[in-house]
Amino acid sequence: MYNFNYHRAGSVDEAVALMAKASDGRFLAGGHSLLPTMKQRLAQPTDLIDIGRIAALNGVKTESNAVVVGAATPHAEVNASAKAIPALMALAAKIGDPHVRHRGTIGGSIANSDPAADYPAALVGLGATVKTNKRTIAADDFFKGLFETALSDGEMVVSVSFPKPEAAAYMKFPQPASRFALVGVFVARTSGGVRVAVTGAGPSVFRVKAMEDALKAKFTPDAIKGITVPAKGLNSDIHGSAEYRAHLVNVMARRAVAAAA
Amino acid sequence: MVENGIGARVRRKEDFRFLTGQGTYTDDMNRPGQAHVFLLRSPHAHARLKKIDARQALAAPGVIAVITGADLEAAGVGPLPCGWQIFNKDGTPAHEPPHPVLAVGRVRHVGDPVAAVIAETRALARDGAEKLVVDYDPLPSVTATAQAAKAGAPAVHDGAPNNVCFDWHFGDAAAVDQAFAKAAHVTTIDLYNNRLVANAIEPRAAIGEYDPAADRHTLYTASQNPHVIRLLMGAYVLKLPEAKLRVVSPDVGGGFGSKIYHYAEEALVTWAAKKVGRPVKWTADRSESFISDAQGRDHVTHAELALDKSGKFLALRVQTTANLGGYLSTFSTAIPTYLYATLLAGLYTTPAIYCGVKAVFTNTVPVDAYRGAGRPEACFVVERLVEKAAQEMGLDKTEIRRKNFVPKSAMPYQTPVALQYDSGDFITHMEAALKLADHGGAEKRRADAKKRGKLLGVGLSTYIEACGIAPSNVAGALGARAGLYESAEVRFHPTGTVTLFTGSHSHGQSHETTFAQLIAEGLGVPIENVEVVHGDTDRIAFGMGTYGSRSLPVGGSAIVKAMDKIVAKGKKIAAHMLEAAEADIEFKNGTFRVAGTDKGLSIGQIAFSAYVPHNFPLETVEPGLDETAFYDPKNFTFPNGTHICEVEVDEDTGAVQLTRFVAVDDFGRIINPMVVEGQVHGGIVQGVGQALVEDCIYDPTSGQLVTGSYMDYCMPKADLVPSFQVATNEGAPCTHNPLGVKGCGEAGTIGAGAAVINAVVDALKGFGVTHMDMPATPEKIWRAMHGKAAKAAE
Ligand SMILES: Cc1cc2nc3c(=O)[nH]c(=O)nc-3n(C[C@H](O)[C@H](O)[C@H](O)COP(=O)(O)OP(=O)(O)OC[C@H]3O[C@@H](n4cnc5c(N)ncnc54)[C@H](O)[C@@H]3O)c2cc1C
Repeated sequence: MYNFNYHRAGSVDEAVALMAKASDGRFLAGGHSLLPTMKQRLAQPTDLIDIGRIAALNGVKTESNAVVVGAATPHAEVNASAKAIPALMALAAKIGDPHVRHRGTIGGSIANSDPAADYPAALVGLGATVKTNKRTIAADDFFKGLFETALSDGEMVVSVSFPKPEAAAYMKFPQPASRFALVGVFVARTSGGVRVAVTGAGPSVFRVKAMEDALKAKFTPDAIKGITVPAKGLNSDIHGSAEYRAHLVNVMARRAVAAAA
Repeated sequence: MVENGIGARVRRKEDFRFLTGQGTYTDDMNRPGQAHVFLLRSPHAHARLKKIDARQALAAPGVIAVITGADLEAAGVGPLPCGWQIFNKDGTPAHEPPHPVLAVGRVRHVGDPVAAVIAETRALARDGAEKLVVDYDPLPSVTATAQAAKAGAPAVHDGAPNNVCFDWHFGDAAAVDQAFAKAAHVTTIDLYNNRLVANAIEPRAAIGEYDPAADRHTLYTASQNPHVIRLLMGAYVLKLPEAKLRVVSPDVGGGFGSKIYHYAEEALVTWAAKKVGRPVKWTADRSESFISDAQGRDHVTHAELALDKSGKFLALRVQTTANLGGYLSTFSTAIPTYLYATLLAGLYTTPAIYCGVKAVFTNTVPVDAYRGAGRPEACFVVERLVEKAAQEMGLDKTEIRRKNFVPKSAMPYQTPVALQYDSGDFITHMEAALKLADHGGAEKRRADAKKRGKLLGVGLSTYIEACGIAPSNVAGALGARAGLYESAEVRFHPTGTVTLFTGSHSHGQSHETTFAQLIAEGLGVPIENVEVVHGDTDRIAFGMGTYGSRSLPVGGSAIVKAMDKIVAKGKKIAAHMLEAAEADIEFKNGTFRVAGTDKGLSIGQIAFSAYVPHNFPLETVEPGLDETAFYDPKNFTFPNGTHICEVEVDEDTGAVQLTRFVAVDDFGRIINPMVVEGQVHGGIVQGVGQALVEDCIYDPTSGQLVTGSYMDYCMPKADLVPSFQVATNEGAPCTHNPLGVKGCGEAGTIGAGAAVINAVVDALKGFGVTHMDMPATPEKIWRAMHGKAAKAAE
């Protein structure tokens, strides 16, 4: 790790102002993605602006139609408090290990946009809205690609609002070493239709339209039995070829439907 | 009866220290004035090392010195030695290329140390290292075992044609050929025994210190055998006399073999401390461990078993290519030869065995002993073949083994591959394991699993291993460049407490407890009055360290011999004090007694009198009560046992869940059942790890280590294994050591891999699967189920 300046921000405005002043600043939330890359000297920000203790960014709020999670809320808190969306609670429980779940945050996770992270599947699967210090962004527009999001320089995630579904479930086939998702599928049925969001399999989270349509007609595992995603373009590494990942998308989707139905 | 003696389930004395964070590991130690070293390591698998420009690094803040391979060569520092000489089929010696402390002229694997930067702090040393300008000329590399000896493969060392280190063989080829000619059935198998990263929880660390007043060097190092490090480093690398060199291995957090060897960093810090006039510390980080700790296994094997029509084994023929990596690590050459081929008889009466081993150099981290060391590889070959033969001939997995086991009545049994088994009762532990595993209920469980979309598989493996390599003269004749005895010193203090100095080294084996139990049993001293000292060449007479499950059979036997001397001397003192004839003195449970009387003295009273010799036979007996013994075993010991495992394979994903694991082991006499169970549990987890998840993978093109962190190298985790059911059979103790013990450190790892793979293959038998290479990953299994051959191991 190289030397850097550390700032602890007391409010969103202060954090954004500190960021504007820094020559190469980064927000620091749980530090569980950022610090490992700094330790390996792969990232060398000049300034870290710690947003972990900003009260306004912490906590899970249940509204009449949605669950709103503050950006700096750790996974363990989502697991404990997002009772209105059990599938979201269950997803949070499957992230990493207890240390990770008590440090890592939803804002850090989605800002990082790791292709194998779990939350992106929930955001896209539930049709969530990301609120930043500047605007709101629909989940479908938020994840742009491998470690890429719609966030502009210095823009901060403030919260994520998840609409309550009628039924939903997340099924994860973990990559055995890291326990990130080799393939994770989030399926949700809402009054507006069905969403099927896949993480781990591709460079970024994606939806499977054919499955969504079939499930809209009939929300059963069998309805999507024959629907596969093409292997082309999917991730391929020592833990799973693109072909195997494509196969798992179908298995995990069916299991998610079974769990949700 | 003594309290806490042999057989007692005593809680570990060392646990309080470890569990409250009060252990002292090498990195916990800080010497006055200490500087820190960072090693710049090769980013290339293979490259010419043309020039190192250190000017900017030397000018960087806090940098004290930069050391290169050329500096060490100029100072007369020698290469790291190989401890075992192997001869080729034609009688010529193996090729042993120099293994410099820091690379000279060429780098041969990613992680090969290139230069050392010494600075005020670790961070400054690392900053300084970034300022080194190294001119590399990258060369093509070869990492895959099966490719290394092929025509056109890049040459790792000049003077080793086709990258062959040695081409060795063992056994009677002619007898094997004859047996194959008349065989009713031949079973063949091709397998890859995957490479593993040792992953001790404590990364290696070393501190060098030089005392100019005494002209003495001290090395603190996370090692399994400090005396051997002193010997090798002193004699071969730094040319320092033993008396001028102290090596201390304090608490060590696991080794699994990877901390047996003499490593470059040890010599470097020892040499550098004198050079810069300050203690010099090095601690590996985890990433560095992945590319600098010796790795394990990595065999490509073709094997054939000849059987008669009843399923009796006639002969075994094995041809293995063993990957030794870029350089020869200390015991690398012995592992795929004398610790492998000699174990190929397994538990069976196979009358003729032949094994050829070609060892190759590659652009990978050196390979050496890893828990089990050669024996898991042998067990895997034999038990996979036996299983496959049973499948092909329509024999039950237990029947084929019963038919071929060496019976208890045949002990001692001379195998065709040099070893002579002294004891063993194989049928008994297999029957016990079948019972414990409720083997009779397996078919019902298979049917139940099927209803849940799961394919149940049952795997059985039996193993035998050879522990406590011995005797020294035989090992020497086979090429060992060291003796293989152990020392112990039992020192009574005036008030009757005992310090035991052992040449064994504990890095997780619980010596502080079990060795104290030996003293309690042998001398009647309560275990809380026994202090066990290990890991310091200045305090312990000599030691060959801990590996190969040798601590108890060899080190423990040395302790017994030292206790015998204590008792013999105590009898003389007691005879004098009790005014009786020495021949009439009996010793039992800590008391010397005149036979047939109630006249007696406790060993504490005898010890007191030995140090305050007022009423003492000074004319014939020296004062003091302190005895040293060396023990050189007459033979190996042969732990053996049966493992049974059940798995459930998810038909949709290929994922494997272990649902049952049973081990019944014959370790001879058991000193502390709880400690033994712990060793077995850990061993099994490592075996299961290799079978299902662990895999060290190099990129075939770039030679980069793909699995260089825990994000990609999968360690076995608690949820990989079920609750184990383990038991021991003490009915066939070792016949040639005083305790009747055999050793238990590696057994779990040796038997488990084959049991798991046999179970996976059994689960997939409906798909015509006959073999599955390790690790049996979900994708490989999925492909096997879908008729697409699993990618062959490179
Ligand atoms: C051992 C381990 C296992 C893990 N396993 C999993 C797993 O199974 N599944 C999974 O999904 N994840 C896993 N993770 C990742 C974990 O969830 C991380 O915590 C998460 O990805 C990042 O969150 P963080 O709060 O730690 O962010 P940080 O590391 O603090 O930040 C990450 C990045 O996001 C930026 N950032 C942080 N907060 C904001 C914000 N509010 N607005 C804008 N930018 C912001 C930072 O500047 C930085 O660039 C694992 C991590 C570890 C170390």
